[in-house]
Amino acid sequence: MEVYLDNSATTACFPDVAQFMTHILCTDYGNPSSMHRKGLEAEHYLKEAKDIFARILKVNTKELFFTSGGTEADNLALIGCALANHRSGKHIITTKIEHPAVLETCGYLEKQGFEVTYLPVDEYGVIRLENLEKAMRADTILVSVMHTNNEIGSLQPIMEIGKLIKKINPKCLFHVDAVQGFGKARIYPKKMHIDLLSASSHKIHGPKGVGLLYVGDKVKIVPINYGGGQQRNLRSGTENVAGIAGMAMAAQKLYDKLDEEVIALYELKQYFVEGLSKIADTQVNGYTDGRSAPHVISFSVKGVRSEVLLHSLEDKGIYVSAGSACASNHPQTSKTLMAIGLDKSLWDSTIRFSMSVFTTKEEIDYTLNTLYDMIPMLRRYTRH
Amino acid sequence: MFTAFLIKYGEIGIKGKNRYMFEDALVQQIKYALKKCEGEFSIRKTQGRIYVDAQTEFDYDETVERLTQVFGISGICPVVYVEDEGFEKLCETVVQYMKDVYGDCDKTFKVFARRARKNYPLESQEICMEMGGAILNAFPEMKVDVHNPEIKLNIEIREKIYIYSEEIPGAMGMPVGTGGKAMLLLSGGIDSPVAGYMVAKRGVKIDAVYFHAPPYTSERAKEKVVDLARIVSKYTGPIYLHVINFTDIQLYIYENCPHDELTIIMRRYMMRIAEQIAQETECLGLITGESIGQVASQTMQSLAVTNEVCELPVYRPLIAFDKEDIVTLSKKIGTYETSILPFEDCCTIFVAKHPVTKPNLGIIKKHELCLSEKIDELVQTALDTKELIIATEN
Repeated sequence: MEVYLDNSATTACFPDVAQFMTHILCTDYGNPSSMHRKGLEAEHYLKEAKDIFARILKVNTKELFFTSGGTEADNLALIGCALANHRSGKHIITTKIEHPAVLETCGYLEKQGFEVTYLPVDEYGVIRLENLEKAMRADTILVSVMHTNNEIGSLQPIMEIGKLIKKINPKCLFHVDAVQGFGKARIYPKKMHIDLLSASSHKIHGPKGVGLLYVGDKVKIVPINYGGGQQRNLRSGTENVAGIAGMAMAAQKLYDKLDEEVIALYELKQYFVEGLSKIADTQVNGYTDGRSAPHVISFSVKGVRSEVLLHSLEDKGIYVSAGSACASNHPQTSKTLMAIGLDKSLWDSTIRFSMSVFTTKEEIDYTLNTLYDMIPMLRRYTRH
Repeated sequence: MFTAFLIKYGEIGIKGKNRYMFEDALVQQIKYALKKCEGEFSIRKTQGRIYVDAQTEFDYDETVERLTQVFGISGICPVVYVEDEGFEKLCETVVQYMKDVYGDCDKTFKVFARRARKNYPLESQEICMEMGGAILNAFPEMKVDVHNPEIKLNIEIREKIYIYSEEIPGAMGMPVGTGGKAMLLLSGGIDSPVAGYMVAKRGVKIDAVYFHAPPYTSERAKEKVVDLARIVSKYTGPIYLHVINFTDIQLYIYENCPHDELTIIMRRYMMRIAEQIAQETECLGLITGESIGQVASQTMQSLAVTNEVCELPVYRPLIAFDKEDIVTLSKKIGTYETSILPFEDCCTIFVAKHPVTKPNLGIIKKHELCLSEKIDELVQTALDTKELIIATEN
């Protein structure tokens, strides 16, 4: 049996999305900037895709930009806004548990003379509004907070954060990295005071190499790459028409049935967590109910190294990811696991399960039974 | 401008009656090295020399790089062939050659002439003098220095006339395959690929064995070892890499022996298995990357205990090297970047906090008796299920 529980890393592409893309790549392959009919045809796919996203997010089509993925969307949002607004101030606020696409970009901006405040999180991986309020300054130009954490699935109170920022300083921009949240939750930038929002295609059963950045129409932003001036000069480069159309189709499919799928995922997660809790000396990190993402489970197994557990599960056809990718000589401990105050002995003993709409109860049962057999056996052999 | 390379070989030249074997092996190795190069080449062996003639357009830099990776070559001279169109024309050509190769031409030089075709109108000495004069006329800045010239300009009169003056240092050593075959214990680390390289340089063909311990070591760790073997194979030719699944043996030792002796006992079994494969594949020795005192299992005492299980000689070319020197060599041969990728190998997964550094052979042997019930069967299974990967350059 093959059980893929690494959907926060990437997901299987919907077959009809792949088929649709093949048609665009091989038949309607025009460049949307070309003046002839083939170009117009390609442009239609882009328009259609924008219409879909505009409906899902309840935003204007001209506020949507396509990138090469979540990382580029985050980079464009942060660097583009920092450069465009540095005269109003050079202070940026983010959290300690952001994805490297945000954290590393902030590190780069620090080298460029910006100042960055990294907000702590509580043991459930959630920031406190009073900490944000304290961190806000007159020269704060941008706040970037992720919607759903990729390692432990914690959810941030996006709406409250948005309100608070705008109450203190209506000019301060609010960016949300929704790479893990898009496709799992309804996110409305206008209602939630979000100025910029990043999403990625391959996390929602679309192709790799495509991402989305929503940029509110009043936001001051400059491009970070230069060229032919496509996408209203903000993101030059011939549009990845097939990828964009594929991402839109995947998103449409998810949002058509979002409520029932999310309920089903929460039920599955509940069932999974209950099963996991029967294993002695283990713990599930963060919230496990509706206060967390429906698809992510962070699981620590005392006395078993995550890499070993991962490969043992792989051997049984179960694919997961290690909470912190780590080898004995190069410890790269996960910043998120450190930030939630997880016991040091568990940093290297934590794995992540992440489910998708394809995950079934049978697969969870198989995984649980495998773990029941495997963990006692692995605990017999440990490093001394 | 160059269309050929004169290959100089050092040590082979002093061989006696079996010299042709060494030369043939060198020709084979050159052929292998140039197979992936752009262009067609023919390789000639004449009068105690080897020439690589380009038959088509070729990439000079790539070709030279490949040739410098062939063991047995001491120097590579890029050669220009010209037709014999009279001595005056030859002087013009040589002047042009000097201009192309040396640009400014403000160096000292000496002409070496060799008249292999005896019907050429000028004698060697005359060629040297006349040619030297022509060069001095063309480049007033240049000087003749017969004792210590910066440029040694060679003019050889054969069917065609050969002009060469540069000698690129070769890899030295002996052609691979002239020294028999040995089994390299290849881990994912820095040392063992270097050890394999060094022994191969003495003309030894290399097979390798890798101990894989899933799920404790990942598929990527194995990939890394295959990649290392591929890099080494640039110098040695294809490497037969035997992959042994070592997990069960390791766990069995773990359960039945003291933990501080785990590594040393494990290494003894690795040597035993390597030797068995070596004997099956006609290898004449084992090669390891061990260096005295580097880690607990490489103290003199530990090496003696590990060595005790082998009948075949164990070659340890790095035995007296400092780590830094090994790192320098691994960077030179191109394995370093791959070696430092952070995947765990099977030696480190269960390593005790304080492994024995001065193991006593008697005690180790006694503890190995605790394994007698199942160990032979486990070793046999490991040998029966070994996987063979032929590592060649992509």
